[in-house]
Amino acid sequence: MFSYCTDPDTLSGFSWLSCYLTTGKHMAFYRAFGTVLLLLAITAPTALAFGFCGARAARSQVAPLRWFGKIYIAIVRGVPDIAFFLFFVIALDQAFEWLRHQVKCPDWDEPIRQGNDFVVCQIAKMPLGNAPQWVHETYGFFLAILTFAIVFGAFAANILYGAMNTVPHAQMETAEAYGMNRKQAFWRVMVPQMWVYALPGLSNLWMVLIKATPLLFLLGVEDIVYWARELGGSKTARFSDYPHPDWRMWYFLALLVFYLGFTKVSEVVLDRLMTRLTRGQATMGGEAQRKAAA
Amino acid sequence: MSCWDTIQAYGLRAVGIGERLLPRSDFTLCEQFTLIGSGMIWNIYFGVFALIAGFFFAVALALGKASANPWLRKPANWFIFIFRGSPLFIQIFFAYFAFVSLKSVSSIFDAFSAAWAGALVVLFLNTAAYSAQIFYGALLSIPKGDMEAADAYGMAGWARFRRITFPTMMRLAWPSYTNEAIFLFHATTLVFFSGFPAFRQKGDALYYANYFADKTFNPFIPYPILAGYFILLTLVIIGIFGLANRRLNRHLPQDRRKRLRIRPNLIR
Repeated sequence: MFSYCTDPDTLSGFSWLSCYLTTGKHMAFYRAFGTVLLLLAITAPTALAFGFCGARAARSQVAPLRWFGKIYIAIVRGVPDIAFFLFFVIALDQAFEWLRHQVKCPDWDEPIRQGNDFVVCQIAKMPLGNAPQWVHETYGFFLAILTFAIVFGAFAANILYGAMNTVPHAQMETAEAYGMNRKQAFWRVMVPQMWVYALPGLSNLWMVLIKATPLLFLLGVEDIVYWARELGGSKTARFSDYPHPDWRMWYFLALLVFYLGFTKVSEVVLDRLMTRLTRGQATMGGEAQRKAAA
Repeated sequence: MSCWDTIQAYGLRAVGIGERLLPRSDFTLCEQFTLIGSGMIWNIYFGVFALIAGFFFAVALALGKASANPWLRKPANWFIFIFRGSPLFIQIFFAYFAFVSLKSVSSIFDAFSAAWAGALVVLFLNTAAYSAQIFYGALLSIPKGDMEAADAYGMAGWARFRRITFPTMMRLAWPSYTNEAIFLFHATTLVFFSGFPAFRQKGDALYYANYFADKTFNPFIPYPILAGYFILLTLVIIGIFGLANRRLNRHLPQDRRKRLRIRPNLIR
């Protein structure tokens, strides 16, 4: 990185550290933080959309749809989430390959599960065997996002379902009295009002989502945990220009600090948002704001 | 091998009793049920001991957080923030590598680089922080009238704490504390996926479920089995905590007794 880094053996102290922390692998480590933020940025709205659909399904008047919604919400109870993550990542991959297999190779006569193997025809492989490396990585990342969205969508569905039921019933009756049909009443009266009831739950979910990001490591993505383990392990002079003993403890300490900072910032931002949203609402919080202003 | 033989060979495999080699091919349903079930021993071990030890520490932390003395309040606040603000996954990783580094300092730390002690310490500290937050919330919502009544009876200090503050705090915190207990048992599955090695393949339920899923490339059997075990465990926890809840609320009139409401679990 810096001009004086050409011969690492002659460096010491601070200049050694500055060179060490700017090696190519460390740059990959810093980019991995970007991966985490990207995952959060994509997963949060996707999970919210899944949750919204789930909550709508659970309130549906069509019985099978309602059962589906309720089962989707209930399925996250009682089972450790990490099991869901490990399960979905393989299950989704196999589901995609199986679907492509059905479409692309209709005249395939061998069974798909042969003993301990899962066999689909060559052109149904996801991604194709000859695809470049970045396709494999993107596909892995895509699977991870989908897994996160399914699991956190169920949590969000539970929160939104509760929030929809908390919107005062009189509001919905008023909407009906104005001649709105069910759909209009839902979109114009319930949806705008439910957010303030959902926000405490959703901000809690956001915190939980932040703290779930290290699980990306288990899904096979090269994330910050992967790099922390990789870079922290002891290096001898034979394999590295910057030999050092086992520093994994310090790398994980850095990750710990990163997460603490991130949750703290989120907390502050979400508190502000809550204050904003309660303004003028007929809730305890809104009442307190009015009294404070008067 | 009949199913009974399998149970004898692998029923206690997770603690190192029985057959040494794990099954390698032609997995039967019975083998999967037995091994994953045997792994649950570790989940229950971690959960029960962390919960019991964490309970006492959490009460102390909650009182510290509510204390007027900054020398007690500040450390309690920081402790709770650090353990609630960072992922348990990273905490376990950090603790494992910290214990490994400390091994060269003193041989006291030898045990802590193994899961049974090291991970237990982390889970204990983690659940103490989460429970402390719950107890602190309950402490703040003790009805003012209760404390005034205690004053009127001339109670103060330890007697007031033991007879009024503590039971009321428990009663109010209990539904959330039940959830916390469920989360904790679920969180125990992280142990063998974060640094701590499963010595001689003695792992927990998820470790074995993952083993089968990797070997058979079929996630649709081991993970539902694991899910079944955990749902069962969750029901047992709800049952036990429900009994405690009944006892805590037994002085209240029937209609004012709060029933336990179980909310879905969340990762930490």
